[in-house]
Amino acid sequence: MKQALKKLGAFLLTMVIVSFVTFLAFQLIPGDPVTHMLGTSYTPERADALREQLGLKGPLLVRYWDWLRGFVTGAMGTSYSYNLPVSQLVGEKVGNTLALNALTFVLIVALSLPIGLFTVRRHGGAADRCLTVVNQVIMAVPPFFTGILFTWLFSVVLSWLPGKFIEFSEDPVGYWQCLFFPALALALPRIAMTVRMLRSTLLEELHRDYVRTAISRGNDSRAALYRHALKNALPPVVTFLAQTMAEIVASSIVVEQVFSIPGLGRLLLASINSSDWPVVQAIVVLLALWVMLAGTVADLINQRIDPRLRLGGAK
Amino acid sequence: MKKKTVLRRKSDGYLRLGLAITGILTALILVGCFWTPYDPNALSSGAPFTPPCLSHLFGTDHFGRDIFSRVLKGGGTTLLVAVSTVAIGGIAGTLIGALTGYFGGIVDEGLMRLNDAMTAFPSILLALVLISLLGYGKSNLILALGLVFIPSFARVSRGAFASCRDKNYIQSARLMGASPGRILLVHILPNTAPVLLPAVTIGFNNAVLAEASMSYLSIGVQPPDASLGYMLSESQGYLASAPWYALCTGGFIVLLILGVGLIGEGLQRRQRESGSRR
Amino acid sequence: MLEVRDLHVKFHSRQRQAVGGVSFSIADGEILGLVGESGSGKSVTALTVAGLLDREKAECSGSVLLDGVDLLKLQEPELRQLRGKRIGVVFQEPQTCMDPLMKVGRQVEEALAIHTNTSREERRRLAIQALTDVELPDPETVYDKYPHELSGGQLQRAMIAAAILTRPALLLLDEPTTALDVTVQAQILELLKKLNREHGISMLFISHNLYVVKKLCRRVAVMQRGLLVEEGDTQEVFYHPQHPYTQRLIAAIPTRQRPKP
Repeated sequence: MKQALKKLGAFLLTMVIVSFVTFLAFQLIPGDPVTHMLGTSYTPERADALREQLGLKGPLLVRYWDWLRGFVTGAMGTSYSYNLPVSQLVGEKVGNTLALNALTFVLIVALSLPIGLFTVRRHGGAADRCLTVVNQVIMAVPPFFTGILFTWLFSVVLSWLPGKFIEFSEDPVGYWQCLFFPALALALPRIAMTVRMLRSTLLEELHRDYVRTAISRGNDSRAALYRHALKNALPPVVTFLAQTMAEIVASSIVVEQVFSIPGLGRLLLASINSSDWPVVQAIVVLLALWVMLAGTVADLINQRIDPRLRLGGAK
Repeated sequence: MKKKTVLRRKSDGYLRLGLAITGILTALILVGCFWTPYDPNALSSGAPFTPPCLSHLFGTDHFGRDIFSRVLKGGGTTLLVAVSTVAIGGIAGTLIGALTGYFGGIVDEGLMRLNDAMTAFPSILLALVLISLLGYGKSNLILALGLVFIPSFARVSRGAFASCRDKNYIQSARLMGASPGRILLVHILPNTAPVLLPAVTIGFNNAVLAEASMSYLSIGVQPPDASLGYMLSESQGYLASAPWYALCTGGFIVLLILGVGLIGEGLQRRQRESGSRR
Repeated sequence: MLEVRDLHVKFHSRQRQAVGGVSFSIADGEILGLVGESGSGKSVTALTVAGLLDREKAECSGSVLLDGVDLLKLQEPELRQLRGKRIGVVFQEPQTCMDPLMKVGRQVEEALAIHTNTSREERRRLAIQALTDVELPDPETVYDKYPHELSGGQLQRAMIAAAILTRPALLLLDEPTTALDVTVQAQILELLKKLNREHGISMLFISHNLYVVKKLCRRVAVMQRGLLVEEGDTQEVFYHPQHPYTQRLIAAIPTRQRPKP
């Protein structure tokens, strides 16, 4: 419990640093959004009023504090180009991105664990060596190129895929079908990496003394693998999967573009192109939050798995 | 020659294949800097949408431009960006990591906290933000990616330098009165190569991936500079009529990443082997 | 009870045989010491007897008879029936030989869980009994501890408890005291003596330390480079070593511990 609180504290602290760095970065941008927004109707008085409204006045720290308070309570400011609350713009898209990332993550875990265990049980055999080579190749294919290959294969050649994106509210089944291939494209290289990682950690663990002890007690190699080695191999894999989350988030920005999924990635690009900084800022902090949350959850899971990581436990 | 004795081990298949692929691609790209079969930007080098054939190895695009020539040019851009990025990130990162890892202390603590915060940003996201601040274009892309790659290099080299710091041979070098600079450069740096070299190959691949992704999103390298990522985004509109456009361009990226990836894998296997032999 | 005849072991990766024709026997309730420097083949002999040698990596010939059954002729599933049930093994470093993520008690009772149909409560009771037998203080608490919470000596006691829980006919001890402090070492030796006396378990005790062997074993066998060079009554071997290698081994013992001729 105490450990969890400590983790939460560290998490919040890093989050504050992250958000402050982001905030600071966007303060350094040259150019005045107010001039841009008012266009021809620019007068000094109006500009001043608009600045007041957008929270562009006052000392840096005060403005940061206002922005942070707003962010936490859901009032993330106003978009320069749409003149809509940022929270509304982001809210419409965040579901799609989260769904895509979650589906990708599920695919990675669901596929890499069995494949990794398979390669270890057939270690040194033809199937294992084949998979090692295939892994190397898959790791080299960028997700957005896989995405292009998928659209070519499944919608142009086989015409399996619907031409346009289906919203969840229209057709929940169709929605997940729409997300499946983007998620698979995102997942493939990561599955290959996770399999490789799991395989090498498991093989390392299988050479440890405690596995020999387990065998000497009458366990067969299967039980030694599942009852003993697997659990010991998990913590580094869990950490790796959390880091993978960051890469999924990054690649999904591109893959959303490939499959025309209306998510945060596309909104981010559109906002960067139109210099809509409040939106960019909010999305960047949100995605960082998501990534850090994954890392914190991984730490907590590892503490459950490995009692040596629970500092409070030992005397 | 050093390379020859180095490559004789049985398990060096990865390294050999990787070096071969990377060597051939690099040679092609270097040739492409001075000579390409057609002018990469000339319209109607052939009829539009010519499938791959002997006169157009990768076919032609919607303007009848020769895709092979354009891939060589674009590959050159990608290679330049990736190499410069790794150079910036690698040199700055190694330097920071070396100093913090070797001397430790409060600066080390602070920089590592900052590093932790930086890893919360996915690399492409960070590069996106930086480039939106710096402005588009090749040189800004290199700068943005280079900056983004510093933390990961710093982390790796910090670990390597910190683990060497207390080794006996370093202690004795210190006792013999070697200056910290000399110790870092002459005594430790060569010993961190087994850790740093694979990191460089991984960094290179990430840079290729990032450059291609950002140019694909048309916020990286801007036309008229040829770029593989930009070509891919263009090719997506012609998947039905000219699938070879996307396949050849993407295939080139895959080979580039695969080659360097194999080199990295080979290096790591090599290190593991010599580690287990000890 | 255990009879090893003309045992040869050769690893495919090595030129020389690791064990080149070794014969010895252990009677019921006897402790045999097997001494030799590292690389002499004593651990390989023990692993072969325990059926733990990877058969894909090594070739064995000869015979290892446990109560008349040749272990070398058994298939893996039959061997598995013996491991942990008829043959218990204690290895050198308890810290690395315990699964760090499993509670000590669960590891102690593991052999029971594999070989018998006892209920969880029954296993727990027996495990705590075994932990008491190896003189661990507060066995109930120890049962729920993780390996990193115990000291090396405590862990080695727990390892011994795990090995004797199924009342095996033979206990193989591969340098069980080498990684421990000298005082703890003496306690463990006393414990082994007691277990041998009370439960009548036969033991094969392997060590590079002649002095330790002398304290525990009545009979000793000396190995050098895969061969048995001398075997006999411990006192006899100590005071009248025949083979030059044994003489050198004895000369290597620090003088204060060396037997006076």
